[in-house]
Amino acid sequence: MKCVIAGGNVKVLGRAVHSLSRIGDELYLEPTESGLSLRAVNTSRSAFAAFLFAPLFFQLYEPGSAGPDTELFRCKVHMKSFLGVFRSLPSLEKSVGKCLILLKPRASRLVLQLHCKHGVTKTHNLAFQECERLQAVFDTQRCASRLCAPARLLAEAVVHFPPTLAEVTLGTGLGGKISLRNYVEDEAELSKTMVTELWLAEDEFQSVAVAPGSHITFCLKEFRGLLSFAEASNLPLTIHFDEPGRPVIFTLDDTVLEVHLVLATLSDLESSSQSPSTNGVSHLPAPSDDFADDLESYMAAMETSEGCSEGPPSPTFPLRTPQPAKSKPQQQEEGGGGGGGGGGGRSCARDPPAQEGEGWVCLGAGGGQSLLLTPPFLPTVPLPVFWLGDDTRKAWSGHHPGGAGGGQRWRKLSPRVTATPSLHPTTRTGTPQ
Amino acid sequence: MRFRAKIVDLACLNHFSRIINTIAKLAKTCILRLTVCKLYFILSDKVANGGASMWCELSQGNFFDEFQMEGVAAEHNEIYLEFVPENLWRAFKTAQSAKAVKIKLTNKHCPCLRVAVELPSLSSSSRIVTHDIPVGVIPRRMWNDFREPSVPDFDVSIYLPVLKTMKSVVERMKNLSNFIVIEANLSGEMNLKIETDLVSVTTHFKDLGNPPWASEDGYQSSAQGRDVESMAEACIDIKKLQQLLAGQQVNPTKALCSKFNSSACELQLVGSFAILSFSRISVFIFVCLKVNIFTAPEDFQYLYF
Repeated sequence: MKCVIAGGNVKVLGRAVHSLSRIGDELYLEPTESGLSLRAVNTSRSAFAAFLFAPLFFQLYEPGSAGPDTELFRCKVHMKSFLGVFRSLPSLEKSVGKCLILLKPRASRLVLQLHCKHGVTKTHNLAFQECERLQAVFDTQRCASRLCAPARLLAEAVVHFPPTLAEVTLGTGLGGKISLRNYVEDEAELSKTMVTELWLAEDEFQSVAVAPGSHITFCLKEFRGLLSFAEASNLPLTIHFDEPGRPVIFTLDDTVLEVHLVLATLSDLESSSQSPSTNGVSHLPAPSDDFADDLESYMAAMETSEGCSEGPPSPTFPLRTPQPAKSKPQQQEEGGGGGGGGGGGRSCARDPPAQEGEGWVCLGAGGGQSLLLTPPFLPTVPLPVFWLGDDTRKAWSGHHPGGAGGGQRWRKLSPRVTATPSLHPTTRTGTPQ
Repeated sequence: MRFRAKIVDLACLNHFSRIINTIAKLAKTCILRLTVCKLYFILSDKVANGGASMWCELSQGNFFDEFQMEGVAAEHNEIYLEFVPENLWRAFKTAQSAKAVKIKLTNKHCPCLRVAVELPSLSSSSRIVTHDIPVGVIPRRMWNDFREPSVPDFDVSIYLPVLKTMKSVVERMKNLSNFIVIEANLSGEMNLKIETDLVSVTTHFKDLGNPPWASEDGYQSSAQGRDVESMAEACIDIKKLQQLLAGQQVNPTKALCSKFNSSACELQLVGSFAILSFSRISVFIFVCLKVNIFTAPEDFQYLYF
């Protein structure tokens, strides 16, 4: 892969890297025919961002050659080392005329070359790791609500919240107003915390199509990162969201750039409080609905054994497999208790989603399995989760206490979820060029 | 118990925010006392805050376009609230361009000061931001804890140099020592001094001027008959002093430093600052920094209250 970025676009790339650095510690570079994609996911897999720079963005773009059976070479690098190259945005703008990115799989080097003023050339040789494709599965078309606003409006809205604030709730109110409010977990905290609420009139947005009374709670940190990028690029930001517990997708669209940020949202506590009975007794949506939902809404992080070995045994990947042999006794019991609930998705033996055929490792493929995403940075707060099935989504409440076993609260409210950290064996088809 | 107030004027809003900022930097929690014509921010001298106390008095007419309050009872027409000034500062920080700011005492889930900010927007209707700042209502029997501190009897009173200069001096000295000695005399000279085993550093200020205190009875007594050249000294915690100087957002036209120093007793109030601003809006913030000194300078011992 070889690409050359010229002039002001270097700064755009720099800003994108800054924005991605708010999300994960690793930056995934994926050259494709439709452009260079930079991606990141956080350790808890509750946030995913992808910046796709179209070939037109570059002065020169050669994704490399892919054979009929092989894929383009992908890699990941340490976010810190990549960010280091673009650390100072003002100096990038002032001094850098051209940036060359060269992926040399044979030499095991990712070369970043900055051609600066006065004939100075800075070359950074970064070590990389080969990796599988990182992809979140989401569909903006299936989101019930959509908001589009100038980035500036949203940036001005979030300044009212303290920098340390973890989550905000976006909701709709009377007269079509859109509200943002800091999320406070429980009543006890409410008497100690300052509650800030902001109301924005509908006509400040470019377009508003929201389900009345809908609201979602998501993490502010990653959103702020994207906002600063959007504001600097002067692009309108679109927010796609659905019910609480389903991912919210922030998108930016430009002719040469496409940005997606997918964040987990907090499940509705009210509906989750009813869930035990719902789960225990079996009145659940029809299996077919479940399945459709599963396909659309979960986020599958395509990490392979390589990804597994380097991380902890991944409480972030609690994977519910249909094979009881793999489950621990306690989990089986849980599975049994929630059997009614899981029945819909799990019992139907279906083919894995189509994507799997394309060399993806789909976690939670096959309907009933769920990929649970919980951020570790908020140990005391009910954590956002991506839910894959309708029933499980409602069952969520409380934070996942870190892997299999689970805390009381978790087990009680969500009896069906078990964690089996073993992932599918990888089917990596791409080889280094 | 009712309270509502409104600020419309931008200059007043800015000034009020700066005062809140100053207070937020000085105190983690403080008391807001509301009376019909004045509001007070009070930090009383407690163990937790290292012996610094503060008294800030504002005339409501100087800031608010509307100000209505109703105390607990007709004969005690006052309200005492405890709150975190940082919260109030956060609310005002983003209200710099506001069309109007309303403050209201509410009691929804808990007693709250609701700051409602009306911000200009691109559309026909304004953006409304509300901040609910939790407050604690101080019962009447505790009111006595928050009485105005009396200005201590002092030896020397002196106008301070430009606070920025003083701040940068103090900041550098902070790296060398934990305590700073302030010396001043009645001929307008002040020294900032640190002394350690390895180094002693003194910064001298001249021609600062001594404020006349003749109008107020009693205060003159100990300063009178004092040798104009002899230095009165006070030793204070350098961090507290720096915190005070760093927090100054009010840009005082005059700052006073008065020191009380008697070598006889164990317990002394050694440093006090009164910071006055004589612009259109007058603000009176009185800050006391307290340190204990025992008689002999070599046996310095510092205790915190």
